[in-house]
Amino acid sequence: MIELVSEARCITCNKCVQACPMNVFDAVKGAAPVIARKEDCQTCFMCELYCPVDALYVAPDAAQSVAVDEPNLAASGLLGSYRKTGWAIAVGAELPMDQSFRLAGG
Amino acid sequence: MSEIGKAEPFNPAAAGLSREVDVLVIGGGPAGAWAAIAAATKGAKVALVDKGCCGTSGATASAGTGVWYVPPDQAKRLAAMQSREKLGGYLQDRAWMSRVLDRTYESVNLLAEWGFPFPLDDEGKDYRTNLRGPDYMRLMRSRVRKAAVDIYDHSPALGLLVDDDGAVAGARGLRRQQGDSWAVAAKAVVVATGGCAFLSGGLGCNVLTGDGYLMAAELGATFAGMEFSNAYAISPAFASVTKTRFYSWGTFTYEDGTPIAGAGSHGGRSVIARTLLSQSVYCQIDQADEKTQAQMRVSQPNFFVPFDRVGIDPFRQRFPVTLRLEGTVRGTGGLHLTDETCATTVPGLFAAGDAATRQLVCGAFTGGGSHNAAWAMSSGFWAGAGAADYASQTARAARRRFVRSAGRVALRDNGAAEFDPAQVTRAVQDEVLPYDKNYFRSADGLTAALGRLDALWADVRAAGPSAAQRVVRAREAAAMLATSRWMYRSALARPESRGMHRRQEFPQLDPAQRHHLISCGLDEIAIAAQPAAERTHQELAA
Repeated sequence: MIELVSEARCITCNKCVQACPMNVFDAVKGAAPVIARKEDCQTCFMCELYCPVDALYVAPDAAQSVAVDEPNLAASGLLGSYRKTGWAIAVGAELPMDQSFRLAGG
Repeated sequence: MSEIGKAEPFNPAAAGLSREVDVLVIGGGPAGAWAAIAAATKGAKVALVDKGCCGTSGATASAGTGVWYVPPDQAKRLAAMQSREKLGGYLQDRAWMSRVLDRTYESVNLLAEWGFPFPLDDEGKDYRTNLRGPDYMRLMRSRVRKAAVDIYDHSPALGLLVDDDGAVAGARGLRRQQGDSWAVAAKAVVVATGGCAFLSGGLGCNVLTGDGYLMAAELGATFAGMEFSNAYAISPAFASVTKTRFYSWGTFTYEDGTPIAGAGSHGGRSVIARTLLSQSVYCQIDQADEKTQAQMRVSQPNFFVPFDRVGIDPFRQRFPVTLRLEGTVRGTGGLHLTDETCATTVPGLFAAGDAATRQLVCGAFTGGGSHNAAWAMSSGFWAGAGAADYASQTARAARRRFVRSAGRVALRDNGAAEFDPAQVTRAVQDEVLPYDKNYFRSADGLTAALGRLDALWADVRAAGPSAAQRVVRAREAAAMLATSRWMYRSALARPESRGMHRRQEFPQLDPAQRHHLISCGLDEIAIAAQPAAERTHQELAA
């Protein structure tokens, strides 16, 4: 579930507040949004995809909250990694071609 | 069956946001988006409300999906229809399958015209049988806007409005981020709220709680195929990602590493379910060669995100798996359609996507996103166009003066105390998630579960109105509860195994039960059998 809104990176565009299907965030005037209803997070990664500055981190554990460390996430390249996975929506990302059609069977 | 007689007067103008439109679309997934575009194209004034956000909400937006896109070649189309008929228990309707193939072909080609970034094959031709969910839904949102449809995000609908003739007259709900209410008076309404996955944690599916079923049922709408509602998807035990396809390349093992005989993604999922009843099941995607592995990474990047983030290499390491209930999202039950415009039994009310029954194209089983995606774009298109045509019948314009609120559970002020949505949700989950109750069904198990669910419904309907901060959760809990009861009543009325519906006492398909089960009612649930479409050649030959 959502574990981090980086105040250092956030530009307060509030795109995550709108994009989250579960309404997990609350906008705060002049500051980064807060994670107001973390227990509602469905771990769908949509907020990360819509964050233009890689300020969000969704831990893969869907059932329980885990501690995260922003400097470590940034250093390991995990912060913002969802936007680099290949959805075209990722702003400015190099797009690997969808190869689903090459996968026979399945 | 209908509760209309007891509906309360309602004044739309008193809401924080009050609108009057021709067509209101509830739900902003693919079906709702196509419905809004189709209605607007016909000249209707259209509003679209979404509980979350049109563009990111629902099962499609957060994943990739195949599409049942088959060029208009007679032999190919016939083969496409035949290939799934046995799997679907011969409950499909060739006429509907054929028109879905036609409509899907047109709609996907429209996506290409609109600039969707389809991949290119080795000859440089674009390949149109796969859609990346986030990109697809972002494009759909922009096309909905371009069609001059007003989109209201984070605006869950709480209930439908009804006029004195029993026709739908709009809906009302909350604007979560503004902290006030909305009311939209409409001449026709399209329910595109998705299916019901019972908050089981599947990717993007927690918004899908059967809300539209409850709203429609409060106006007397009927359902079809609700017994086909126990689809379970494989996912890592710790994660939400329910992309089942890659498990075809997997080996399933016990904790000690011994392969589980017969376990597999296709055909062997019941072995996994049975094993999970008593112990953990592990998987390793060890049957994909390096080339396939690389293709998997770029095809379904989100499949790998949970693994990358916890540091597991799924090709070389074993990881625990679970089965998550996807209910009617990957099931085929839903609102019963009465004609080719996707009309329901309620005048002015149309249904599309997973909110509607998919038996017509999928029968008793859907193997994955492909047919569901085709159904969403086709039924959405027809429902939107049908709603616009219905709305243009001017005689209906005067009705709005007599609007009443049809929503009852958790909304009606009867002086009683409210119920606890979390408690009701857990109680429903206790009856529908366990594999020994819902994957492997039996008369005893279903009857016992229904006894508890019926008692719970009696409590919930007697409870008073929920406070504003809990009413959305309360309506969701009530919708899941109602869904579970249509589901198990229908399952009890089908003493055979067909498609995804498996009865322990009746492991075989019974040719005499080749019919659709129509269910309706909230307090008392009635089930009736309706003959399926003319027998297919496939079945006669089998």
